[in-house]
Amino acid sequence: MTDTAPVVEPTLPDGWELVVGLEVHCELSTATKLFCGCRNRFGDDPNTNVCPVCLGLPGSLPVLNGSAVDYAMRLGLALNCTVNPAVFARKNYFYPDMPKDYQVTQYDLPTSTDGHLELPDGTVVGIERAHIEEDTGKSTHVGGSGRIHDATHSLVDYNRAGIPLVEIVSRPDIRTVESARAYASELRAILTSIDVSDAKMEEGSMRVDANVSVRPIGSDELRTRCEVKNINSIRSLGRAIEYEANRHIDLYDSGQTPRQETRHWDEANGRSTSGRSKEDSEDYRYFPEPDLVPLDPTGAQVDAIAEAMPPLPSARRHALADAAGLEAGSVALVVERGQDELALAAISAGADGGIVIKHLENNLADGTGELTAESFAALAAMEADGRLSATQAKTVLTDLVASGGDPTSIAAAHGFEAMDTGELDAILDRLIADNPDEWGRFVDGDRKVQGFFVGQIMKATKGQADGKVVNMLMQQRAAG
Amino acid sequence: MSSPISRDDVAHVARLARLELTPDELDRFTGQLAAVLDHAADVEALDVTDVEPTHHPYPLRNVQRADVVVPSCDRDEVLAEAPASEDGRFRVPPVLGEEA
Ligand SMILES: [Zn+2]
Repeated sequence: MTDTAPVVEPTLPDGWELVVGLEVHCELSTATKLFCGCRNRFGDDPNTNVCPVCLGLPGSLPVLNGSAVDYAMRLGLALNCTVNPAVFARKNYFYPDMPKDYQVTQYDLPTSTDGHLELPDGTVVGIERAHIEEDTGKSTHVGGSGRIHDATHSLVDYNRAGIPLVEIVSRPDIRTVESARAYASELRAILTSIDVSDAKMEEGSMRVDANVSVRPIGSDELRTRCEVKNINSIRSLGRAIEYEANRHIDLYDSGQTPRQETRHWDEANGRSTSGRSKEDSEDYRYFPEPDLVPLDPTGAQVDAIAEAMPPLPSARRHALADAAGLEAGSVALVVERGQDELALAAISAGADGGIVIKHLENNLADGTGELTAESFAALAAMEADGRLSATQAKTVLTDLVASGGDPTSIAAAHGFEAMDTGELDAILDRLIADNPDEWGRFVDGDRKVQGFFVGQIMKATKGQADGKVVNMLMQQRAAG
Repeated sequence: MSSPISRDDVAHVARLARLELTPDELDRFTGQLAAVLDHAADVEALDVTDVEPTHHPYPLRNVQRADVVVPSCDRDEVLAEAPASEDGRFRVPPVLGEEA
């Protein structure tokens, strides 16, 4: 598969079904870290945003960032979760990116549980939980080839240690690679539209791990799963899941069973490699964090967050699709680009929904510039009633985006005078007279010669004629 | 009654905590931990249906601070406390296992 290959639904060998759950870590875009006042900012010089708390120095104590809690609750509500009283816990393990030797997270009592997310095609994916935790520092492996296995030493930057994260754990409801990609895109759209995270996979502020297993179609068992990490883009997510599923199927086909483990996706080589065997959660020896008191948001607090919630992508898709008379899936791109407000305004100013969505999708990917709802609606009307051909409409649209104005005068300035049908009739008369054999074949139902006549009319009118109107005239003439 | 914890369990927990135990210590701690777990089993046998779980000894809830930046530490001062540093970062021995 190459970069330019079209995205096709990869199929598993016959008889097998994919079972995928995704774990997404997203960094919250608060001003400060989760438990200290150090700045939360990507790209600063290493170890310039550190203090005794986020370095885990003895005697330091964490104090919870109120904004992080608000953001996490907003996210929980956006994912249709229940927001619960919650308790922080320590997850104990030794790794140099975690200077305290434990990570503060939420374990048995997370902030948000039992939600769901709707994909543009209408698929619903369950959300098991969305809990608050702190990020770890960033290690760079030095020496050898820079890979962990032959590194001579590692360098650690603790700027990231203690940045607030929400980990969103889906249920194993995802059945296709396409849905997995759509889930990650949808989550990113939600995160940015409710303004809790910039959700940039390339900067690591959104990180996606995939729990992958397969099963025979028709079965509802959950077989051994592997957690695939180190996935750096939505495209890699699809490749990694496909690779992993096929690896499992190959093992089952040869009478073996996959081992439950963490695996690392190697994008350059298009394969995953074995990491450590996945620990049981007992091995992390979770216990309630004694330095932090429980969270117990009041109903009024949760209601206030729900009331202030901006419209979410799925609701925006449904609103636009209803207004345009289209399916929710076919307006997804327009909503993703944040052009739905303009589309709705143009439609309510009288524009045809199909024409509006068509132009936004195909001709306005780089932005809508000076285009207003009124001029958009006027343009769509001119195109709908044949005063402008689709090609002419696109030209006028380009001008409207660049410098605004009135589509009627822009069309006139381009010389896009609507052909009256009398003029077209005269041209058609002459063509029929000059090409009696071809016309005879057209009348007998040979549609292949239609293109010849349309082409000749376009040539005679210097492209000003509307193809739809020409076709209509020819049909009428042939029938009459 | 069989022991609630095996010698292997103790060795496993010791390894997770990066504790190096001698064979004698393993035997001794297996016995001691078994006694602790027996006591936990006694508590577990109580009917606590109507008792609120205690997550924290203080009756405090929702202690939070405002999201306002305060100055961080001076990097040179911080790194001076580290056993080794390089390029403004903490230098640590190579890590075997998983990349975080
Ligand atoms: Zn700090």
